[in-house]
Amino acid sequence: MTNLFNYIQRSSPIHRLTGAAKFACLLLWSLAAMTTFDTRILLPMPIVACILFFLSRIRFREVKVLFWFTFVFMVLNNALIYVFAPEHGVELYGARHVIWSGIGRFTLTQEQLFYHLNVILKYLATIPMVILFISTTQPSEFASSLNRIGVSYKIAYSVSLALRYIPDIQREYRDISTAQQARGLEMADKKQSLVKRLKNAAAMLFPLIISSMDRIELIANAMELRGFGKGKKRTWYSARPFQTADYVCVALCAGLLLLSVGMSVLRHSRYFNPFS
Amino acid sequence: MKKSPVVTIVAIGIGAALFFVLGRFVAIPSPVPNTNISTQYGLLAFMAGLFGPVAGLLIALIGHALIDFSYGWGIWWSWVIASGAAGFIMGLAARKLALGGGEFGGKQIVRFNVYQIVAHLVAWVGIAPVLDILIYQEPSDKVFLQGLMAGAANIVTTAVIGTLLCLAYSKTRPKSGSLKKED
Amino acid sequence: MKRPVIEFRDFGFRYAAQAEATLSHIDLTIREGEKVLICGPSGCGKSTLVHCINGLIPGSYEGEITGELTINGQPYQELDVFRLSKTVGTVLQDSDGQFVGLSVGEDIAFALENDRMPLERMYVRVRETAARVGMESFLDHAPHELSGGQKQRVSLAGVMVDDVKILLFDEPLANLDPAAGKSAIELIDEIHRETGDTVVIVEHRLEDVLHRDVDRIVLMAEGRIVADMTPDELLSSSLLKENGIREPLYVTALKYAGVFITPEMRPGRIERLQLTEEDKAQVRAWYQSVPAAVPAAPGEAFLKAEKINFSYSNGKQALYDIDFSIQKGEMMSIVGKNGAGKSTFSKIICGFERPQSGRITLAGRDLSGDSIKERADHIGYVMQNPNQMISKTMIAEEVGLGLALSGKHTPEEISDCVNNTLKICGLYPFRNWPISALSFGQKKRVTVASILAMNPEIVILDEPTAGQDFRHYTDIMEFLSALNEKGITIILITHDMHLMLEYCRRAVVFSEGRRIADDTCEAILTNDAIVQRASLKKTSLSQLAQLCGIPQETEFVRRFIRWDREVRGK
Repeated sequence: MTNLFNYIQRSSPIHRLTGAAKFACLLLWSLAAMTTFDTRILLPMPIVACILFFLSRIRFREVKVLFWFTFVFMVLNNALIYVFAPEHGVELYGARHVIWSGIGRFTLTQEQLFYHLNVILKYLATIPMVILFISTTQPSEFASSLNRIGVSYKIAYSVSLALRYIPDIQREYRDISTAQQARGLEMADKKQSLVKRLKNAAAMLFPLIISSMDRIELIANAMELRGFGKGKKRTWYSARPFQTADYVCVALCAGLLLLSVGMSVLRHSRYFNPFS
Repeated sequence: MKKSPVVTIVAIGIGAALFFVLGRFVAIPSPVPNTNISTQYGLLAFMAGLFGPVAGLLIALIGHALIDFSYGWGIWWSWVIASGAAGFIMGLAARKLALGGGEFGGKQIVRFNVYQIVAHLVAWVGIAPVLDILIYQEPSDKVFLQGLMAGAANIVTTAVIGTLLCLAYSKTRPKSGSLKKED
Repeated sequence: MKRPVIEFRDFGFRYAAQAEATLSHIDLTIREGEKVLICGPSGCGKSTLVHCINGLIPGSYEGEITGELTINGQPYQELDVFRLSKTVGTVLQDSDGQFVGLSVGEDIAFALENDRMPLERMYVRVRETAARVGMESFLDHAPHELSGGQKQRVSLAGVMVDDVKILLFDEPLANLDPAAGKSAIELIDEIHRETGDTVVIVEHRLEDVLHRDVDRIVLMAEGRIVADMTPDELLSSSLLKENGIREPLYVTALKYAGVFITPEMRPGRIERLQLTEEDKAQVRAWYQSVPAAVPAAPGEAFLKAEKINFSYSNGKQALYDIDFSIQKGEMMSIVGKNGAGKSTFSKIICGFERPQSGRITLAGRDLSGDSIKERADHIGYVMQNPNQMISKTMIAEEVGLGLALSGKHTPEEISDCVNNTLKICGLYPFRNWPISALSFGQKKRVTVASILAMNPEIVILDEPTAGQDFRHYTDIMEFLSALNEKGITIILITHDMHLMLEYCRRAVVFSEGRRIADDTCEAILTNDAIVQRASLKKTSLSQLAQLCGIPQETEFVRRFIRWDREVRGK
């Protein structure tokens, strides 16, 4: 479990961008994808994302597990949307072009399909970027990047601590849970009632949490003894200075967000409506 | 435990790490097929109750965002923000609970649970679905039902795991009083 | 005389939550460039003393101070933890807790980052400091890629990077295997010589610290200083024994032989020990007088592992063709450095991990089909840290948990069994206590009791005495050997040489996933090749035997251990 976030060391233009720039781009990009439902903006985004992916020299098979997780999530969510509101698209776009009258309330309309297309595009626009970010950014750079984009360094350091101690806590949990299973404590036994299973979970988690509480005090001491928290700012060993490429990328993503928001405001609508 | 602002920073980091490990690797099958119970909300209520609203907010935000990152589906902002709000509201109970030293009896159990129920309702029946509609234009029936189910499951989980953790933790705190050996 | 850098004057401290003072009437002066060892049993106040020097008291722990304390001529009232961190560097016992960075470089840089040092200067400084502790080629490594000894070196670099003048080491040996401990002491000594910094080491493992010279030893007990003298003087006295600190083994052996120890003999380090021909003859005579040990007759294997191979899911092979057996009623050790495969092997015995090939039999029955729970009915496993096992808040509940969960017993049966187990473990008077009110040693007993309640034939214990002082160590080990006499087979996983020598007849040695020895403990510890491969350490008894012209090192060690346990048992 040394590589929870799937960082893949390579030499590529994407890897060379600083973590802070990539993080800012990711935020701007995903905000842009979130705010708009304009197909003309959403459609090019996955294409650009794929090009960037190609540039990063990350191979698809190295991240296919991640894509698989998300793919399942996307299909399920779309299925749910359809089950709950098969004519949601009709409502949104204010028109109804029936393709197939279907069974009962489950009809098929052009509007519904178009709505699903847009939802899927939103996924396709963001997912490759997230995977790109986690595969090309050293976890050490996460924290300093947060600080760089304006988050207080103390909170940024909490993130760093979380990343530092996840592997330790995971190992400890595994040890504790096997030792407890040996005493007959089970959480996954379906023969037991839910409340019983939850109670067992609490008994299983209790040692983990108590030892984590001890750890908190210890780490806090260690950090204070080395001067953490005395200044209003700090520097970061893992931070890298911004290069031209970083500024360009952030500016482009900011432009994208501006475009996305601007279009909605100017046209008084987040949608591109081919039906009206 | 010692008092220092650094303790809160570390508690947020360790709390988020625990939230992550529980959310990602601790699976209790739920009655609904192919879904798991989120044990991390029991932990969240406990940590928020001990360290306060800001810690609760950040533990949930960081922990939930890291879980989403590690799955690669990016950040499902609406639910991350809802988690954070739940952590914040749970943390509002901290001052009156005084988990760090003292009794955790009937009164405190009720108070703890009132806060956690309100927190989960606001998060999963309020914030999460509303944001889902705003950001993703999802049908409202769907998101409210999803939220209601998640909320109910989380309330039950927190009621059992969170309360038991608080009870057990408060018993580990030193209290004055005399213990005698018995023959 | 050099100028004093740390000065306590009739100093006392009481924690706000406690009724009694943890430190009282402390008078102690440490001068610039001195190297001082502070030792004392658990709870004697030595950690509190460290907190006073580095400023965590009064900064982070509430309490009441009496008397005076000055550091570098400044009274404590004018100092705080941040200002002190520029002159006092503390290396904590738990190197995982101190290692907060995501990589070696980041962690060494931590103090510089907080000082807002510009990056170019920071890189240079980090590289230089890493080189001083021999970690310069590991700068990009993550903490879990390092051994305990390496993590400690990083911690040391992390405080030295600030150019401190006083180095505090809080139990630097607690989590290290013998060889790593030895090199830690050598490194501290080297740095002390090079920099001339003041060094304060807090540790109860006296003999291991004295592997290199110290100027003075301060002995503490119950919050007071009971001795402040040179090692030669202290070892000539009986103060250590009276205060629950283990003397170096060669000193104990000399005393058993009736040799009268004086500071002039320079007993502080065995390399320097001066013995007259008369003294040597006395040791030889004592050796002849102790009856020879009788080797145990080999019996039938009870638990047997054959040709075990195991790889982790990442493909890294952890165990190669391990053969292992233990007889019914035996108490034995599995030793080797961290990562040698001893814990992995014990997890395989318990069924926590499944081997790729090989088989394990118990009394002739193949265990491979058994679940974790089914194996636990025969083989119990006690983790190193009792806090990792305790799920309940009351003792009786915790001990009865396994029985209650099995659902096969009535409440009366459970309560009978729990009471019996508590009596065996000496916990019966505490049965209605909350576990949080117990000491570490008592908690350890609770976890052993909770395993015993399930009536296993074999109990495996992982580092049962890690971090314990001599009194608690003796307590826990005497308890385990009493259980062993009642017929429970016991396997100890340890890197404590004393423990295996004193309590086990036989040990199995692991190194890099292979079993490299299976012999009596004395034979293993007097075999140079094995000692080196497994990062073990020869005892000072071997050196004493050589010094006194006794060629049978192994037999000398064996007779000493027998004699020592008899004397201590009284």
